[in-house]
Amino acid sequence: MSLELDSPRTVEVSQRGLTARQAIADRVFRIGLVAATLTFVILIAGLFAELVHGSWESLVAFGPKFLWSSEWNPVTNHFGALPFIYGTVVSSAIAILVAGVVGIAAAVFLAEFAPPAVARPISFFIELLAAVPSVVFGLWGLFVLAPFLGSTVDPFIQRYLGFLPMFSGGIYGIGLLTAGLLLALMIVPTVAAIARDLIQAVPNELREASISLGATRWETVVHVVLPSARAGIVGACVLALGRALGETIAATMVIGNRPAISASLFAPSYTLSSVIANEFTEATSSLYLSALLELGLILFVISFIVNGCARILMWSMLRSQGRRP
Amino acid sequence: MILAADGGTAGIQAGAEVKVRVRDLNVYYGTNHAIRDASLDIEQSQVTALIGPSGCGKSTFVRAINRMHDLTPSARVSGSVEIDGVDVYSRRVDPIVMRRRVAMVFQRPNPFPMSIFDNVAYGLRVNGERDRVRIAGLVEDSLRRAVLWDEVKDRMSDSGITLSGGQQQRLCIARVLALRPEVILMDEPASALDPIATVKIEELIAELRRDYTVVIVTHSMAQAGRVSDRTAFFLDGSIVEVGTTTQIFTRPKDRRTEDYITGRFG
Repeated sequence: MSLELDSPRTVEVSQRGLTARQAIADRVFRIGLVAATLTFVILIAGLFAELVHGSWESLVAFGPKFLWSSEWNPVTNHFGALPFIYGTVVSSAIAILVAGVVGIAAAVFLAEFAPPAVARPISFFIELLAAVPSVVFGLWGLFVLAPFLGSTVDPFIQRYLGFLPMFSGGIYGIGLLTAGLLLALMIVPTVAAIARDLIQAVPNELREASISLGATRWETVVHVVLPSARAGIVGACVLALGRALGETIAATMVIGNRPAISASLFAPSYTLSSVIANEFTEATSSLYLSALLELGLILFVISFIVNGCARILMWSMLRSQGRRP
Repeated sequence: MILAADGGTAGIQAGAEVKVRVRDLNVYYGTNHAIRDASLDIEQSQVTALIGPSGCGKSTFVRAINRMHDLTPSARVSGSVEIDGVDVYSRRVDPIVMRRRVAMVFQRPNPFPMSIFDNVAYGLRVNGERDRVRIAGLVEDSLRRAVLWDEVKDRMSDSGITLSGGQQQRLCIARVLALRPEVILMDEPASALDPIATVKIEELIAELRRDYTVVIVTHSMAQAGRVSDRTAFFLDGSIVEVGTTTQIFTRPKDRRTEDYITGRFG
């Protein structure tokens, strides 16, 4: 006993809990983790600061009017962002509506109803779809999807729903609806894959409880399984929506690139990211360049607001279910 | 098997009606033969305890009664389970309708992530009850029978998940009672609870025996002794012995039952 106490190593361990070497390693490790985490904060803050700095000239020249002005004229140096905000928001809204419905439906089928022999290969294809480069989607959208919609689907919709302003006007194949659907196709794997995992993670005990009370499989999914996974599925949709908002090349290839606001979804439009990509190289005046950067700032803020709202929504959902957010 | 031969039904009060009649039940999970030729008569308005060591098939047996194995693709069931003389595995029986009469309480409390009220109302709603007043009345009545009403009456819109473990299990029992079932199957309903919550559940079972036919799976012999009228002893997927609880615990006929009761294995 006394021998052990005399040993310096034992004394050190009993006093500090760690040897000096362990303490240093522990400290280095912790600093490393904090630094890695801080990188994100610094990146976001730096990006925001740089966007504000770069768009300062435009911010000063146009003020808040930039947000609701529809004019985009590099010749007269008059710039407004409204058509691009409209194009971005509407195309992304179409995308998330379609991808949300299709993605969740596919996830329910894969997680609840499909036998493993079917679910496994399909899940693999869904993940494969997520890995297709967006420029390939864009090419396919331009040469296959747009002509198909323009010649078949759009006229069909217009024949029966043409009285609605959103389905009126000329049909070009390329336009808001085509861009929205192409974006939907690109983000649906995200929704489906994450929602499937979340549905599978719902405890089986809840399904059994529901079935044992005389509920059908369908009622169990709608009333118990989906509500249990609801907060996470909203999160998956927001992740997907983020990708749709920022997606540049595929949207650029099929949206028509015309800075105009039209009630019709068949009309060409323009997105924030598309106009930046298209016009960056030809932005000759400093005000022009600054206006483009301000579009980037707006896109940044929109994404920020969308994510913030989703957080609040998820938080309130978890709270209403009595779980800790 | 043993049931017919050794007079497992002997010593039961005369005139007790058989509510659930299980004959030659076999359950397989893939190639695993989990229940072998089990036959058992479960009597009306009695508490029947199923005891036996872990993995002996007592949970599998009880889940066969309300066809919960339908949910497990690898499970296969043969034999018959008659409730009031009608085989639940016959083609004429819709399992969804049948489960309303044969309700189940699970090992771990599993309230739905919805309000306390909605938890109890759930079974009524999926079974087509739309009358709000009737639902509210049945919810209150069920919570009272489950001895939970006084604890939750002021927080009916709180989530069921916010309750303690013991309260959650009583909520799950209330959820079952709302359907006015005839048979209540309980699969180790107190095994995840602390001793005080366990006492409350056992008192509740004693109350329920008046109106319902209760089958309780338990790994605790003391619990079987406290709550049940009849006991069936399971071993390796077979029913070794059935009798009144007193008889099983004091004068077991089979050597294996005696060994288990006296704690020589299991």
